Amino acid sequence: MGTQMDLLRFATAGSVDDGKSTLIGRLLLDSKSIFEDQLEAVESTSQSRGYDYTDLALLTDGLRSEREQGITIDVAYRYFATPNRKFIIADTPGHVQYTRNMVTGASTADLGLVLVDARQGLTEQSRRHAVILSLLRVPHLVLAVNKMDLVDFDEDVFERIQKEFSSFATKLNIPDLEIIPISALQGDNVVTRSENMDWYKGPTLMHHLEHVHVASDRDLHTSRFPVQYVVRPKSDDFHDYRGYAGQLAGGVLKPGDEVIVLPSGMTSTVASIDLFDNEITQAFPPMSVTVRLEDDIDVSRGDMIARVNNAPKPSQDIDAMVCWMTNEPLRPRQKLAIKHTTRTGRALVKDIQYRLDINTLHRDQETKELGVNEIGRVQLRTTVPLLCDPYSKNRTTGSFILIDEATGVTVGAGMINDAD
Amino acid sequence: MTTLQSDYQLSQLDQLEAESIHIFREVASEFEKPVLMFSGGKDSIVMLRLAEKAFFPAKIPFPIMQIDNGQDFDEVAETRDRWVRRLGVKLIVASIDDAIARGIVVDDGKTSRNRLQTPTLINAIEENGFTAAFGGGRRDEEKARAKERVYSHRDEFGQWDPKMQRPELWSLYNGRIHPGEHMRIFPISNWTELDIWDYIGREGIEIPEIYFSHKRRVFERDGMLLSETPLNPTREGEVVEERVVRFRTCGDITLTGCVESTASTIEEIIEEVAIAKVTERGATRGDDRFSEAAMEDRKKEGYF
Repeated sequence: MGTQMDLLRFATAGSVDDGKSTLIGRLLLDSKSIFEDQLEAVESTSQSRGYDYTDLALLTDGLRSEREQGITIDVAYRYFATPNRKFIIADTPGHVQYTRNMVTGASTADLGLVLVDARQGLTEQSRRHAVILSLLRVPHLVLAVNKMDLVDFDEDVFERIQKEFSSFATKLNIPDLEIIPISALQGDNVVTRSENMDWYKGPTLMHHLEHVHVASDRDLHTSRFPVQYVVRPKSDDFHDYRGYAGQLAGGVLKPGDEVIVLPSGMTSTVASIDLFDNEITQAFPPMSVTVRLEDDIDVSRGDMIARVNNAPKPSQDIDAMVCWMTNEPLRPRQKLAIKHTTRTGRALVKDIQYRLDINTLHRDQETKELGVNEIGRVQLRTTVPLLCDPYSKNRTTGSFILIDEATGVTVGAGMINDAD
Repeated sequence: MTTLQSDYQLSQLDQLEAESIHIFREVASEFEKPVLMFSGGKDSIVMLRLAEKAFFPAKIPFPIMQIDNGQDFDEVAETRDRWVRRLGVKLIVASIDDAIARGIVVDDGKTSRNRLQTPTLINAIEENGFTAAFGGGRRDEEKARAKERVYSHRDEFGQWDPKMQRPELWSLYNGRIHPGEHMRIFPISNWTELDIWDYIGREGIEIPEIYFSHKRRVFERDGMLLSETPLNPTREGEVVEERVVRFRTCGDITLTGCVESTASTIEEIIEEVAIAKVTERGATRGDDRFSEAAMEDRKKEGYF
């Protein structure tokens, strides 16, 4: 069964009362991904709290303190499947530590789902959600205009929100946008087509999630293979085996390809690509494979294998958008640890060029620091050269994390800018 | 040579496999002393298979460790030993009986063996100096697990603090720890119960016999079917009878319930799991029934 299904990862965003939990609950319920014991637990908790309805949000609030306070603290991951596709939802909370959690959820998402309340229309927060999804280069965006039941399923209300959002979206980088009127509470256009909105001709939300094409979102032209681990069995059967294990970050790699190993610049030819005990004819993202080369050259973790004529340029000067994730602000001259693909080093903050106001997209050049949940353009100098691409070209070789060396905590998420 | 999909599209099972292998290699590269926690159940056996693939043709570069609660199913130990022989990995067994004898944990006759597992595990991690411990936890199992990161930081007491979790971005895992701390690693976080069975079927993975339908002498307690065993005397009113059953999880024999089932092949199990109305933990784990946040509370103490 299921082995031939494909996978869609999506991140949800919405303000506290936009009905996000209800929508997720509905998607899980209608795809029969909620089990009786889970539903019973939620029903009995709802009753004991004196609610006259079943609070589906209790399904998604997994921690004691979340249930106690009735708020979502952290990203949670949910799973459901239809006959054709498996879904992983990164359910990101709508408030408090809002930006950093959304960045976390969006970093691995193929699709972003933003909810707005039809009565409120676009709020500052819906714009912010869209800006973050666009910065994180999430290739597909769905704007779900929820609570249509509370505006009498009025086409004009929907049209107004649709127009406003579409014109805002032109300022962003959103390759694929779908806008769907729904009622999560009543189920209109979530899984089944709404009879209350016969004016709407587009897909239901579930139909769109099931059919949106994501396979071509990965870069298949620029081969990038960060070496993660060197496999040296030294056993009798595999005495001379020397393989470079890793996960393809871009492009297609085949036996016979002429390759360059960075940063050394040595060249060789791919002798074989092994997937466990199989030799395969090609590898592409996100496959985890082991590559053997014709020549016995020195390759270790942190190196990158690329095609001879299309290799990344090693650089110690990094220009990136950084989302700051901790209370102590990011300031110039600060030193941090950096992890980029399989490479780690240290980084010095040379300059904070501007702080991006994610509500207005205004670039504030006066403030020379980034507070928690703020995003800005930062120049770094690293101890080791990074073998990177612009984030717009490759989400894997274009991203990095910053780590506080004293506490060990991940404090920043970085996306490398295109060269000006 | 084998040609994979020509349209550059991986099935979800291949994507999950690739992601898990990446995590295994990352940990083996960055941690000084990892260990794979092995319960003998289907999830830890899938973990062994993934680890085997990650380092092939070299051997798995870390030992595996089982917390023997003295109340495991015999079939589990047999399967474990066959896997250990085949892979040539080092097996460490940390036993609760031994921990009781050494005074590391106290058996007051009331606390379940499951609760004694946690201090036994933390002590074994400490004594062996492990800096990372792989676990087969899946986020679909339980609501507290749905909140946990792939790299789950534990302080020097082995405790989990859900509010202090590190953000986990892209596939860039942060393995920094201070001396005395360790990291729990969950490479199959994103797999569901059905994925596990699909994978076991696809790979032809050997699992303990108790997962398949068989006749067993059982009795009902708290809505669960428990095995007749001298370790778990029946109470007044409980009637032992023979039924056709199988297990959905492997754990302490006194607390792990079975379900009535005639599924005797992987294909039949997959069909059964696909239409199951109750979660595997809800159906079969007595240890999660103590309170609404039983799992969360145990995890904060250091349970895996």
